Amino acid sequence: MSACPECATTVPTGAGLRPSELVECPACRSELEVLSISPVTFALAPEPEEDWGE
Amino acid sequence: MSAVTDAPARLAVLASRVRAEEKGILDALEQRRIPVEQVDPRRLSAGVGAPVGPWSLVLNREISATRARYAAVSLEAAGTPVINSAAAIGTCGDKWLTSLALQRAGVATPRTVLALTPEAAAEAIERLGYPVVVKPLSSSWGRRVSLVRDPDAAQAVLEHCAALPAPQAHLIYLQEFIDKPDRDIRVVVVGGEPVAAAYRRSAHWRTNVAQGAGTQPCPLDDRLAKLAVATAEAVGADIAGVDVVEDRDGAMYALEVNAGVEFAGLQAAHQGRVDVAGVIADLVARRFRDLTKGGAG
Ligand SMILES: Nc1ncnc2c1ncn2[C@@H]1O[C@H](COP(=O)(O)OP(=O)(O)OP(=O)(O)O)[C@@H](O)[C@H]1O
Ligand SMILES: [Zn+2]
Repeated sequence: MSACPECATTVPTGAGLRPSELVECPACRSELEVLSISPVTFALAPEPEEDWGE
Repeated sequence: MSAVTDAPARLAVLASRVRAEEKGILDALEQRRIPVEQVDPRRLSAGVGAPVGPWSLVLNREISATRARYAAVSLEAAGTPVINSAAAIGTCGDKWLTSLALQRAGVATPRTVLALTPEAAAEAIERLGYPVVVKPLSSSWGRRVSLVRDPDAAQAVLEHCAALPAPQAHLIYLQEFIDKPDRDIRVVVVGGEPVAAAYRRSAHWRTNVAQGAGTQPCPLDDRLAKLAVATAEAVGADIAGVDVVEDRDGAMYALEVNAGVEFAGLQAAHQGRVDVAGVIADLVARRFRDLTKGGAG
């Protein structure tokens, strides 16, 4: 089980998770980025930058 | 590290942020039994005359326009084909280059002017008339796109642009306002084929999903399909999200092309009847197999 880096709540994850996928912490609603899969670890997702888009 | 000629072909998908779109494409490639590596471009560096990585083909889904562009240029320089191509990413990432490409190809697009200073823009606006749309050259998601209805608003917007530190912000991209219904149209084109279209509807004149617009299915008739395909071709994009607006008389104009198209909303609007990720995976799989066949000798 993996903890939210912001509030330490355990964040549930399903199968088929991929690195760099985004997950929302159910407790503090932080946007988290999947850093690794086994074990699952999270970092706070980076803030959108000026050149992000489609 | 140098590629060995008889090494197995390798496919990479570049993405620092795996959205529903990237997940769908990766899943679809695996379903097609194409071995695919997910590569985070935040960890890449490129040396002059050196390969960026061991891949034979790269699908570029990087969310940062700057990283996407330089990754593509570097990969191509080292002989690795990239979808979309570096040239297409360069054109789509710059609204003026896009306008020039559309004009060159004879694609219908609103009257557009590039003023090289805010002062020149003030004069150009008087010639274009009101209302006029002012856009940063390389925005996406509708950021800082302004609708200017009168000279006071024009002065405010131009002063704001002049005060921005980046020299590029002093180039002013101006466009005739198309008095559209409360919607615009997004068409996804893949490999020269129209895939699906959706309306983006909003009470606000900017109808970007990132600005809160809702998505509804849009019939892809012949006229819309032709315009979208010609637009994607004009900018050289194999995978394209073409933005189209209609005026009150039903005439259609292409606005621009998104080279890293987000299609989750469009797909949801079609309730699973279109599979954009699958169509993209088919194109990539086809190119990949062609490479492995053709590149054997
Ligand atoms: N000339 C125009 N006339 C009428 N509406 C316009 C015009 N140009 C832009 N718009 C509206 O503003 C929105 C944002 O414009 P545009 O697509 O050029 O910006 P963007 O930041 O590149 O957005 P994105 O790349 O995400 O589509 C469009 O979706 C459209 O609804
Ligand atoms: Zn949390």
